[in-house]
Amino acid sequence: MTITQAQKGTPVLAAHELRKNFGRVVGLDGVNLELYAGEVLAIIGDNGAGKSTLIKCLTGALVPDSGTLAIDGEVVSFKRPQDAQERGIETVYQTLAMAPALDIASNMFLGRELRQPGVLGSVFRRLDKKEMRRRSFEAVQKLGIQTIQNITQPVETLSGGQRQAVAVARAAEFGSKVIVLDEPTAALGVKESRLVLDAIKALKDRGLPVILISHNMPHVWEVADRIHIQRLGGSAGVITPQSHNMTDGVAIMTGAATL
Amino acid sequence: MSLTTTNIRTVDGLAGQRQSASRRVQHVLHTNPWVSPLVILVLSIAIFTIINPAFAQPRAISLLIQQTAVIAALGIGQTLVILTAGIDLSVGAVSILATMLSAVLAQDAGLPGWVAILVGVATGTIGGLFNGFLVSKLKLPPFIGTLGTLSIFTAISLLLSGGRSIQATDLPAEMSAGGERVPIGPLDLNVGVLVVIAMYIVVGYALSQTGWGRHVYAVGDDAEAARLSGIRVNRVLLSVYAVAGLIYGIAAWVLIGRAGAATPNGIVDANLASITAVVIGGTSLFGGRGGIIGTVLGALIIQSFTIGLSLAGVDDQFRVLAVGFLVIFAVAADQWIRKVRS
Repeated sequence: MTITQAQKGTPVLAAHELRKNFGRVVGLDGVNLELYAGEVLAIIGDNGAGKSTLIKCLTGALVPDSGTLAIDGEVVSFKRPQDAQERGIETVYQTLAMAPALDIASNMFLGRELRQPGVLGSVFRRLDKKEMRRRSFEAVQKLGIQTIQNITQPVETLSGGQRQAVAVARAAEFGSKVIVLDEPTAALGVKESRLVLDAIKALKDRGLPVILISHNMPHVWEVADRIHIQRLGGSAGVITPQSHNMTDGVAIMTGAATL
Repeated sequence: MSLTTTNIRTVDGLAGQRQSASRRVQHVLHTNPWVSPLVILVLSIAIFTIINPAFAQPRAISLLIQQTAVIAALGIGQTLVILTAGIDLSVGAVSILATMLSAVLAQDAGLPGWVAILVGVATGTIGGLFNGFLVSKLKLPPFIGTLGTLSIFTAISLLLSGGRSIQATDLPAEMSAGGERVPIGPLDLNVGVLVVIAMYIVVGYALSQTGWGRHVYAVGDDAEAARLSGIRVNRVLLSVYAVAGLIYGIAAWVLIGRAGAATPNGIVDANLASITAVVIGGTSLFGGRGGIIGTVLGALIIQSFTIGLSLAGVDDQFRVLAVGFLVIFAVAADQWIRKVRS
């Protein structure tokens, strides 16, 4: 807990007593979470522990039944993903949330397309495709992804790692407060995972706090500053890679040990 | 790190060299789904001209364009709906409802021509909005929702008109103005054709150059991804069905001009004809892929078969036969093209 002590101050994002039920199934059972500036907070937990429900509540994809969310100490409520986006929270979902038939640039700006300046944009609603392509290419380059050369190629023609990288680049381009990554390395090989982990470190170096949901313990222990453990819809505690090793983490996650 | 990059590049390069001719064709069709209908149209025009040179005469070409206009217009709306992974069985029914309501009001209530036309367009839009409500708010599968409205709108049209046709000569002149001849060069077109071309330009622009167009494709491609990207999926769906209805309303006016009458059983098979045009035009029934250029090509192909085969002196059933094979071919081609998804 030493790092937490050092980081005292207002959390960038704080969730208090979040609850969410799906019919009679308990999704979240009063979860607290705090994210501080410049840290990578990992969320681990078994299947059905409420990881996805938790981040969906943090990012506006689900509306919690009760509990509060605060950004920089200010209470907020998100009805839709766009509300969270407007407050600078960007999410890379496990499904990546990309339209496979559209090209990279269109996907980067999906839902927030740029229009041309002047009458063309305001009256004729004409898209500024050139500018969107330019900024997309820049965003991809900034994360050090060199394998993507053609920004107009449909997303479905990309490899799994490249798609993930594009999704992370999109989040980094628009997220000013928090980047949430849901299982970014789940479907990737060693080389491609490296690409994504390096991108996470690049985000951290830019001072952007990251919430990382992952099943891959070595990846979590490599990049996380703190680790939030979900168990059976509730929070089982917060550890750090220094205070506990992976075996301890898994034990807490599965209920074999408690904090 | 540089070593890794080089390795990846090499692998890509090898894959590129290994690409067979069929892969390259697949790629071209994947990015330009209108290429295959264009090839088919050019081929059929060439073949029909060889069989009977009259096919290439301005007279036959003018006829081809005039006869294609209504289905091509309805096809715009159908394309929009199919792009969102939906289907609209009520195309013809909405259009006939707009036709009959405006004609009955003009004849019986003495509504001025322009007002009656506006009533028709508004009727189409409301019909489309109702379809959109069923699909987006009530979450009905589009096939079922529009199957219901197909019956509803057809019945209302028949009840309104008492099943009678109203001749254009009994209507205000504006209502059949779509049939006014407009000679362009050697071609003999009409106002209705020009209006349909204008609709293609406007909707084509909206689909390819505006955010709304991107959202239509995204919703059909992956609705959940679109929602997570902040697109209001329901609103996009509602707008698509409403715009489709608006287009059917305008097409109703084109139809009166073309047919010289408002008739309740004018285009009963328009739903299947428009779906056929869309599918032959390379738009995927699974949504998110295709466009209206393909649809007008598809509509022209069907019509060229009709005219070409009749000029060749062949039984019309051969047209039906050929169109059937073409539909199967088009959908099979779409399945193949979509396999690019890795």
